[in-house]
Amino acid sequence: MTRFFTALMAACFALVATASAQPLRLQITEGVIEPMPFAVPAFVPEDGGGSQYAEALSRVVAANLSSTGLFREVPPAAHIARITSFGTNISYPDWRAVNAQALIVGAVAASGNTLTVKFRLFDVVSGQQMGQGLQFAGSTQDWRRMAHKVSDAVYSQITGEGGYFDSRVVFVAESGPRTNRVKRLAIMDQDGENIRTLTDGRSLVIAPRVSPAGDRAVYTTYQTGSPRIALMDLRSGQAQLVGEIPGAMTFSPRFSPDGRALVFSAAMGGTTDLFRLELGTGQMVRLTNSPAIATAPSFSPDGRSLTFESDRSGTSQIYVMPANGGNAQRISFGQGRYSTPVWSPRGDMIAFTKSHAGRFHIGVMRSDGSEERLLTASFLDEGPTWAPNGRVIMFAREAQGGDPALYAVDISGRNLRRVPLSSPASDPAWGPLLP
Amino acid sequence: MNLTTKSLLLLAGLALAACNNPRPGMFGGGGTDGFGGESSITTGSLGDPSDPRSIAHFQQRIGDRVFFADDSSDLTPEGRSVLTGQAAWLRTNPQFAVLIEGHADERGTREYNVALGARRADTVQRFLIAEGVAANRLRTVSYGKERPVEACAEPRCWNVNRRAVTVVSGGVSG
Repeated sequence: MTRFFTALMAACFALVATASAQPLRLQITEGVIEPMPFAVPAFVPEDGGGSQYAEALSRVVAANLSSTGLFREVPPAAHIARITSFGTNISYPDWRAVNAQALIVGAVAASGNTLTVKFRLFDVVSGQQMGQGLQFAGSTQDWRRMAHKVSDAVYSQITGEGGYFDSRVVFVAESGPRTNRVKRLAIMDQDGENIRTLTDGRSLVIAPRVSPAGDRAVYTTYQTGSPRIALMDLRSGQAQLVGEIPGAMTFSPRFSPDGRALVFSAAMGGTTDLFRLELGTGQMVRLTNSPAIATAPSFSPDGRSLTFESDRSGTSQIYVMPANGGNAQRISFGQGRYSTPVWSPRGDMIAFTKSHAGRFHIGVMRSDGSEERLLTASFLDEGPTWAPNGRVIMFAREAQGGDPALYAVDISGRNLRRVPLSSPASDPAWGPLLP
Repeated sequence: MNLTTKSLLLLAGLALAACNNPRPGMFGGGGTDGFGGESSITTGSLGDPSDPRSIAHFQQRIGDRVFFADDSSDLTPEGRSVLTGQAAWLRTNPQFAVLIEGHADERGTREYNVALGARRADTVQRFLIAEGVAANRLRTVSYGKERPVEACAEPRCWNVNRRAVTVVSGGVSG
């Protein structure tokens, strides 16, 4: 599907580039200061069943695009032209008059439990359609997902980057007093909708990660009274304990890029080291052997390297080593303590938590440690997780004396925003784009 | 432990001692023994703190916890003194097993703090073993920053949250 989109986009941009002097294109890497104005009128209902989704679909698309900070909606109240049929001729002057540069025209039909959503994207400035338009069919209960797919396709066509709207985030939902917090594993759409709790709150759970295929989660649970690693099938909700090392507390599990192995930390005898567990065979291998702490591992996307944090130098710093162990190179050398390194999906960057002079930051650096940039600053920011396209980072923020909440920020450092959740949340783990 | 905390603990202890049937959640004076676990609950009397063989005495007179500096698992002189007392009590009361809980304050990341809490608990365990307490009576667990005993986001709370608590329970487990 992704490859198909890429091919589609390539074809589309080649076309636009030859037909127009200034194709509709946002180069995110150059840093967008002025968001691109777009219009998305209510989708056209093509039958009675579709009418209840027509407005809602367009609102989700508008919210998604606006949330990026790269786009700004021209509100429907300002529209001059009305879109009454999917195949209508676009009156470009009417859209130029309201200063829209991109126009999204959609239609929706519902028969039984099946919803069919289609859209076309128009470059208002040059007065032509971009690409061929796409159609999605699915269950009516997945209507938001179809709006996310439209959003991803529009985002991809205009920016040339992969999307991230049709994805989910596993996180920890918190309740109760701080001294006796109840923590439940939960999953939501990336925009904070469709929250579902996955554990009942009887056992403390922390720091989940989603498998590369999005079908499983791995996390640390205190269900035995001591930290242990649990592996959950997200479809059935069934979880099992894995990676037992007698006499050790095991925690901080991460999937390998192929989803077949975990790396995790085991604390015993005053030290914390990294281990690798083959999920198929149960085979376990020790990766580090140091009297210090080694935790918060993260694989490079090619599976060849691991980054992790260790206090072997005296304070917590970020290291990179071969995925099967061996010589670890320290890559963080700035002031303060560095934690929770997470390799970007593109492989070129590592996001981290930094604490220095009483403040916490989410930052990024190249995987060799160069070009460190801090994206946030607050009383307590921690635990970055990458959007599937590597453009956005979600993390947890706790105001002094307040409850933790999930935030997202672009890797440019712009567009910091709170994920709209009504209760405290922490430890976000962003899953892959859904199929 | 500062004076206020000490007197608060003492008050709490008196209240407990006056109560014949302590609520299970109060056991351990802030300890989180068994949280989330599925082991069975054993009920035992805390006793009178003036009775040197009582758990109440261990908790209130000897002190059931030691505190650590920021990002450190080194024992302070006060901590050593408390642990020396704990070891003596455990040597004379061999019927009790203990769970040593390591905790961290909130000024660190979640998983690092689990590792840090584990190291603090291990430090206490080593000290007690060195003082003659049998290793098979001691277990450790780390709660990282998940179970602060004080909730404020200020140094006075962080100082008491960076702790290792020796939770006494009846019976040596295998």
